[in-house]
Amino acid sequence: MKLAVPVDGSSMQTSVCQSFGRAPYFLIYDTETEEARFFKNDAAAAQGGAGIRAAQWIVDQDVQALLTPRCGNNAALVLQAANIKIYKTQGDSLEENIRAFATEELPVLKDIHPGFHHRRGRF
Amino acid sequence: MKIAVVSGKGGTGKTLVAVNLAAAARRAVYIDCDVEEPNGHLFFKPGDAKSREVTVPIPSVDASRCTGCRICTEFCKFNALAYVDNSVQVFAEICHSCGGCALLCPEQAITEQAYSIGRVQRGTLDGVDVWSGFLNPGEPSGVPIIRELLQEETKGPCFIDCPPGSACAVMETIQEADYCILVAEPTIFGVHNLRIVHELVQLFAKPHGAVLNKCLAGDNPAEAYCREQGIEILAKIPLAQDLGQITANAGIAAREDGKYRELFCRLLDRVMEEVRQCSNS
Repeated sequence: MKLAVPVDGSSMQTSVCQSFGRAPYFLIYDTETEEARFFKNDAAAAQGGAGIRAAQWIVDQDVQALLTPRCGNNAALVLQAANIKIYKTQGDSLEENIRAFATEELPVLKDIHPGFHHRRGRF
Repeated sequence: MKIAVVSGKGGTGKTLVAVNLAAAARRAVYIDCDVEEPNGHLFFKPGDAKSREVTVPIPSVDASRCTGCRICTEFCKFNALAYVDNSVQVFAEICHSCGGCALLCPEQAITEQAYSIGRVQRGTLDGVDVWSGFLNPGEPSGVPIIRELLQEETKGPCFIDCPPGSACAVMETIQEADYCILVAEPTIFGVHNLRIVHELVQLFAKPHGAVLNKCLAGDNPAEAYCREQGIEILAKIPLAQDLGQITANAGIAAREDGKYRELFCRLLDRVMEEVRQCSNS
């Protein structure tokens, strides 16, 4: 199974990023091959809709699950349209969370937040 | 002539000043651009008010024409569009209504639909034309409503009640103003907010002066700031119980109390003189 995780750095020793849309990197992890690839998150510098853009990128990576401490409503709508399951990370450690996911210890993320920003942020 | 009443925070007395100036002028236009919380109409209570809806264009995608080229999603700088599971998702609430996606779609699959964000209301009371904008709760920007309010030509003095602060909505509101009145409170906090709007009116190169509201005996940091910066002090309004009472009862002090009529008439004359001088120089 392919997973995505918002992370602060680009190695397995890094921590899970507290922000989803504006995380500096994403880890794409294959649970079968244990292959880990880190990508810079282009959405991090978006003027608006970073969550949507990050979610779009994750959808395009064909992952089946996202592990994140939180997720906004708009991003969740994009992910849900692609049937990507969202799990809530526990603690900061990336490796711990990957392990916890493998042993089915991570809960499904239920508290989707309405977003931190202005909604129609016109001009 | 358009006179904008601004302040760096809410509650300093913008509405008090704008409403009373319009009342003192007798024949005037009062425009409430504080569209998130318009309250000027509570003072003027225009009986014949007519409302008109304000809409913004939002894209709507015809899925049968969409080929999934993603030109629209890539174009949108605000990421208001996503392409998932062979269809375009539109996030209306973050769309800035630029129209770019509809323009660029090679299949003409995108059309724009009117989306209501609020309304403008116009009425008249005792010689004052009262125009107010109302933004629907939950909508983040009243700028399209402010534009709608300010696009109309006005004759004679026009007093614009600005939204608080110094962000987009205020910039939109003061753009066409001939003069800005900065309303300030006599506190350190008040000075901080005064400084912000002072910077703003300087950035916009607007002629301006200050009204010191809620004045008490003793030091007034806002007055000290004005003197230091060379800001013309147009009037001082006392922190007085009777003024508070009239205002809290949605009364217009310039109409109800002789001494306030005099205060606001004097302020009006002063502002008109300033505007005249500015337009001559």
